[in-house]
Amino acid sequence: MKPNRHQNPVVVEVKGVHKSFKQVHAVQGIDLNIHEREFVALLGPNGAGKTTLVEMIEGIQHPDKGEIRILGKKWDGHADDLHRKIGLSLQETRFIDKLRVSEILRLFASFYSLGQERVNQIIDLIGLQDKRRAYVVNLSGGQRQRLALGIALLNRPSILLLDEPTTGLDPNARREIWAILHRLKVEEQTSLILTTHYMEEAEKLCDYIVIMDEGKILREGMKEILLNDQENEKIVEFTIEEPDDVKSGFFDDAPYMVSWDEKKMTGKAKIPKIEKNMHAFLQYIASRNLNIRTLEWRRQTLDDLFTSLTGRHLDE
Amino acid sequence: MNSLLHPGQLRQLILAYSKELLREPGVLFWGIVFPILMSLGLGIAFTKTQDIERSIAIVSPAGSVTGFLSGMGEKLDPEDGEEAYKIRLRDENLGNTTLFFTPMTWDEAIASLKRGTIGLILEEKNGDKIYHFDPSNTDAQLTYMKVSALFNSRKIETASGEEIQPLTLRGTRYIDFLIPGLIAMNVMTSCLWGLGYGVIDKRSKKLMRRMVATPMKKSHFLFSLITVRFMMNLVESVLLFIFAWIVFDVVIQGNIPALILVFLAGNLAFSGLAVFISSRTANTEIGNGLINAIVFPLMVLSGIFFSYHNFPGWSIPYIQKLPLTLLTDGIRSIFIEGASLNTILFPSFLLVLTGLFFFTIGLKIFRWY
Repeated sequence: MKPNRHQNPVVVEVKGVHKSFKQVHAVQGIDLNIHEREFVALLGPNGAGKTTLVEMIEGIQHPDKGEIRILGKKWDGHADDLHRKIGLSLQETRFIDKLRVSEILRLFASFYSLGQERVNQIIDLIGLQDKRRAYVVNLSGGQRQRLALGIALLNRPSILLLDEPTTGLDPNARREIWAILHRLKVEEQTSLILTTHYMEEAEKLCDYIVIMDEGKILREGMKEILLNDQENEKIVEFTIEEPDDVKSGFFDDAPYMVSWDEKKMTGKAKIPKIEKNMHAFLQYIASRNLNIRTLEWRRQTLDDLFTSLTGRHLDE
Repeated sequence: MNSLLHPGQLRQLILAYSKELLREPGVLFWGIVFPILMSLGLGIAFTKTQDIERSIAIVSPAGSVTGFLSGMGEKLDPEDGEEAYKIRLRDENLGNTTLFFTPMTWDEAIASLKRGTIGLILEEKNGDKIYHFDPSNTDAQLTYMKVSALFNSRKIETASGEEIQPLTLRGTRYIDFLIPGLIAMNVMTSCLWGLGYGVIDKRSKKLMRRMVATPMKKSHFLFSLITVRFMMNLVESVLLFIFAWIVFDVVIQGNIPALILVFLAGNLAFSGLAVFISSRTANTEIGNGLINAIVFPLMVLSGIFFSYHNFPGWSIPYIQKLPLTLLTDGIRSIFIEGASLNTILFPSFLLVLTGLFFFTIGLKIFRWY
């Protein structure tokens, strides 16, 4: 059963937070609450401010303005306690090359006063049984990310923060990370904050989506609500045959249009209650004496939502 | 959970850093094998009794070279055809000297002088001998004196009432001077590169950032790095000494507790310096430059290979206060002068003070993220 956002208590509270680096205003007045057992994606392109926000939640960066509370506590004066409650994986960490997988886990386990038994459990969880004696330097990118995730999970964290855990990984390695996180969602009480610029990752793993750009939250909400699934809103993509008399602004007044590419003769429309409104859309095209070559509709994605909010794609 | 000491953390950190070090073949080569090879090379070069060889260019009118040299008597010994001549001067006290004379044109002689293959040009002009050499080069001066004595049919010998007795006492050879210097240099380079660069490297890889995002005690992070580095320095120094003892009969004439004290103080001084230089930067290139900027001047000034007393007199008191000089002089005085614990207390105190000073500042400005 999906957690109801407003029933579970808030575990991370971000209030009016700002952060600047020299000339860059990386985070600009963000308010955000994250609830217990909620899996939240911070989705946005590079430079959106996701990492800065997550690092402030992790206590690595300090806000210039505003307040962050983790499990009701501020970082000042509670660092040791909070470090025991959270687990994290940074965007890029290179562990000691010539330590074995079990040794690096044993090292981090000692920071939480945990023993070999927990190390063995984690090795099983991240599926690195065959690599337990392998040096870190000899692991593949995906295996290293699984190791980083394993280290983050050592202390059975109440809050897990993962900063782009699958960036640069091939699809198989990405799916392996997702599988571990799915298992975590089912078996543990952990809340997850995940930054990503892969919409598929956010859609597959998270219940609550926060779309960020240029240091601000553009839109946030439960995934289903954001994607308007309840409204049965669909994205319609079509191409038309080039008419004899090419006129610009064919679709300027067309209903539901999102974009139109005159060179390719392709268009994209977002149509709510498609079973009811599709007919009106097709009638409009027919009224302009245009012939449709191809037409298909699909469910709205987060990329569509991001494009409609910013005019850009997530990977730009 | 907030206690000062977390033995489990500390043990695992020390274990991890030790494994990191010992599993890197380069560390073992540069830390252990290289100083031994250096001591072997320099020890042989400066300790083995062998002929001193000097090359001299002869610039004289064509065809007169043979006559010019044969005029000196029966010691003339043509070698490698007609173009090079060798004269061996025997001396039981000062050691034998072999002089190589090579006929050249003036331009060739100047080119050879610039390249350092000869130190002296002997020009014959209208029956006179003209010596050309750099007067600030003491070696060239000595060659001139030997050649001049040779041509004037006289020996460099002691006057009546004088006597030369070559020193064979322990502690007076170059190798006795060198080994303490190499030990001190090793402590410095090992701390600055191993510890200082190690911290910068861990910061640049964001490993430090990841580690301090756990309940790890920050003090344990540095303490374990310093401990592992100290143990490594101890092993390196003991192995170097054992090698010098077996091969060159180098012994420690002074007080062992004094040696331990100055060694500990030296490690503390350079660990403090390493923490200071690694306190801010996450860029290994900058770290590289910072460490080189400290290592090279100290190596040149502190009398590792040759006495710093060759530097101008006004600079000596300053040089003697440098941490590497304090450590080198301290170890050397125990090795070759038989210094006691009392003698070593003040330099050790200065080293400890240096270490604490840099350590304190370093920690104040230290960037964990």
